[in-house]
Amino acid sequence: MSLNGPEPLLTLRGLTKSFGSFKANDGVDLDIYPGEIHALLGENGAGKSTFVKMLYGALQPDAGAIVWRGQETVIPSPAHARQLGIGMVFQHFSLFEALTVAENVAVALSGDEPLRKVAADLEAVSRQYGLPLKANARVHDLSVGERQRIEIVRCLLGHPDLIIMDEPTSVLTPQEVEDLFAVLRQLAAEGKAILYISHKLEEVRALCERATILRHGKVVGTCVPREETAASIARMMVGADIHQIRPAKPASTATAPLLTLRDLSMPARDVFGTALKHISLDLHPGEILGIAGIAGNGQSELFDVISGERLASRPDEVTLFGAPVGHVDISARRAKGAVFISEERLGHATVPGLALSENVILTRHRVNPGLKSGLFLNRGRARSLLDTISEKLDVRKSTPDPAAQALSGGNLQKFIIGREVLENPRVIVVNQPTWGVDAGSAALIRQALVDLAQGGAAILVISQDLDELFEFTDRIAAIAEGRLSDFTPVAETDRRAIGLKMSGIFEGVPA
Amino acid sequence: MRLELIKRGNPSQVLRFLSPLIGLALAILTGAIMFAVLGKNPFQALYVYFVEPLTELWSVHELLIKAAPLILMGAGLSVCYLSNNWNIGAEGQFIMGALAGSIFPVLFTDVQGFFVLPLMLGFAIIGGALWALIPALLKARFNTNEILVSLMLVYVAELILDYLVRGPWRNPQGMNFPESVRFPSFARIPELMPVDGRANWGIVIAILVAIGIWVMLSRTLKGFEIKVLGSSPRAGKFAGFDAKKMVFFAFLLAGGCAGLAGIIEVAGASAQLRPTISPGYGFAAIIVAFLGRLNPLGVIVAGLVLALTYLGGEAAQITLGLSDKVARVFQGALLLYILACDTLIHYRIRFVRTPKAVGSAADA
Repeated sequence: MSLNGPEPLLTLRGLTKSFGSFKANDGVDLDIYPGEIHALLGENGAGKSTFVKMLYGALQPDAGAIVWRGQETVIPSPAHARQLGIGMVFQHFSLFEALTVAENVAVALSGDEPLRKVAADLEAVSRQYGLPLKANARVHDLSVGERQRIEIVRCLLGHPDLIIMDEPTSVLTPQEVEDLFAVLRQLAAEGKAILYISHKLEEVRALCERATILRHGKVVGTCVPREETAASIARMMVGADIHQIRPAKPASTATAPLLTLRDLSMPARDVFGTALKHISLDLHPGEILGIAGIAGNGQSELFDVISGERLASRPDEVTLFGAPVGHVDISARRAKGAVFISEERLGHATVPGLALSENVILTRHRVNPGLKSGLFLNRGRARSLLDTISEKLDVRKSTPDPAAQALSGGNLQKFIIGREVLENPRVIVVNQPTWGVDAGSAALIRQALVDLAQGGAAILVISQDLDELFEFTDRIAAIAEGRLSDFTPVAETDRRAIGLKMSGIFEGVPA
Repeated sequence: MRLELIKRGNPSQVLRFLSPLIGLALAILTGAIMFAVLGKNPFQALYVYFVEPLTELWSVHELLIKAAPLILMGAGLSVCYLSNNWNIGAEGQFIMGALAGSIFPVLFTDVQGFFVLPLMLGFAIIGGALWALIPALLKARFNTNEILVSLMLVYVAELILDYLVRGPWRNPQGMNFPESVRFPSFARIPELMPVDGRANWGIVIAILVAIGIWVMLSRTLKGFEIKVLGSSPRAGKFAGFDAKKMVFFAFLLAGGCAGLAGIIEVAGASAQLRPTISPGYGFAAIIVAFLGRLNPLGVIVAGLVLALTYLGGEAAQITLGLSDKVARVFQGALLLYILACDTLIHYRIRFVRTPKAVGSAADA
């Protein structure tokens, strides 16, 4: 380790934070030295955001100590963090689009400095670090890379000694990434410490001197990224636990696929969305396919275009039961015998304030003939369906027909799965089937899906939980930056190989 | 120390039901204080304002005349607000409906017969709906803000009415008064009980329309779609409902109701067009919708209450010598209190203490 100072700038000892019974951070230790670029690595949900929020004063730790320049410290607010010399550049920008660059910087400064001085200061800083910015440009005219520069300059104007960067490259082009790295190296050379949060392994290897890896809220290792391979870091990130693997079924190519994607491409919805690039897959009856990937690599976009919430550009990009459906809406796809189970339980799969029986009507009104007579709703039928669902999937509720938002995550997910599988669907597309669900409900949900596959249904599971995918899918692929890798039978692959694919290394590289 | 609004886990159903009553009580209390400050005996003033209009039969008839447009527009607006479409231009849709319906008695004076009145009603519905179509179209196509567009179209509609009544539609035998011809009897809404007062069939139409909208909202898939798209647009899309079509549906329905209210007003009590045909019914209807809990049955009651504030305002002018602005103050206070009650029923206020800082600030 090449350290500029003998004394750490920041030391964290046993930092712990719980939300209810869930431990987001569990005894996290970390040292950061002046002049160091330190990576904080971890999968989605590993606890990175919680950790950073405690460091920046947005959350208070339940236990543990923050030692800043050798002195134990409580950081009650982001303003206090800035005062101490901790600056942060957020992943999602917080800029007023209608204001100028200088005005955006001025609103974030604590003093009441005249705008002209702010503008002069920011142009001086932007020149000094090679971050060209015009103080009087309007933000809405600027590119994403330029907007990030504003955030960085705004942070630098507070003269921080520690700069936290949360996934800074997720919205940048490769050229912009190179420019950013040059700036970060210059800042480090001046003695500023940088905590660099990312899950992009190659970037971390190129930039960072040390890395701390979080998994399930705990530090599972530290390493010098340059001395590791992307594969070895990925193994630490996703864990090397050994799980019993269900033997893969032979891919049933004899039967016609029920769901087919052919060279599906789709532009990103906005700057924070992901474009889908040339995705193809075949889903046969009786098989469970898994798509692994780190959050934000195109999973929700893929789900939306398969379900029909977003229509494909060509009808034949999505085929259900042999018929092109790229241009028909979600109700028509459901009517054909497909069901879709979305990641977000409240506000997408259900309406939070409506009763469960009404949420039965939500996705089944076109499919289940008993729910409507003419223009009128048959609420009695909806309630009896709810009873069937509750009994089959063991949905526990306090009153006979509570609002969706009154249920716990696990119970609500059981209700949603039960609602969708009630009529024995032939194609099931599910995004994050057991995210945030207690272990018992998760097992029940997976069992229900496996039973349906054995009954001949074709199931596509999109999940960020590798353990889950290895536990009950037949073939696995990974999605990275909107590209989908080949599917490999579970028996012929392992977490290391999938972890590599998740970081985008699969084209031309034998898996 | 700062204030935070925390969502309540289980908002009280009883209070939700009582919210409009609490709002009404607070508005009356505010009114009493206002009367006292103005130097009137608050008890006498409140009696003149809220009770006296109900003591005489002719006055009750006037109440029903004023309630009809409020109920019609309040019921239509409820559909808009439930589906998250913020139409606040019912006043303009009311005027355009009145103008479209008045084409027959004003321009086509040769057309006479029993069929004229139904035609007038139909044209009024279409006229109001078309005026509401403008903000709907702009919202669905260009994502413009329907609040601004619908509001500003009110002023356009008012100017069109003003122009027509002072210009091309002025009564040639009217001594240059800015008024249209008086509508002939076949173009008038018949009165309910002419011996007692002026109330006409408009109130019956209004109540029937409100009940019809209530049935749609509570019993049909369309009503379900309205509620889903309003409270959770993404879930609505997941259900296969089309949010853009809903924009058109809600605006056209509310516009049609407002247009119908407009013709009921001019073909009912006033019997002719004047430069001003509404004392702000379209805006008061917003209060009616919220006071009625966005439920058309509640809207019927709320429409009667708001009609009483208009009537009380007139009584306050005559008996107490107060400005008719008093009515506006009441209506505004009422809306403010109801919205405040609703907020406090769903959220609680919390004072958040920030932990004390320990350790030195930047020693650089």
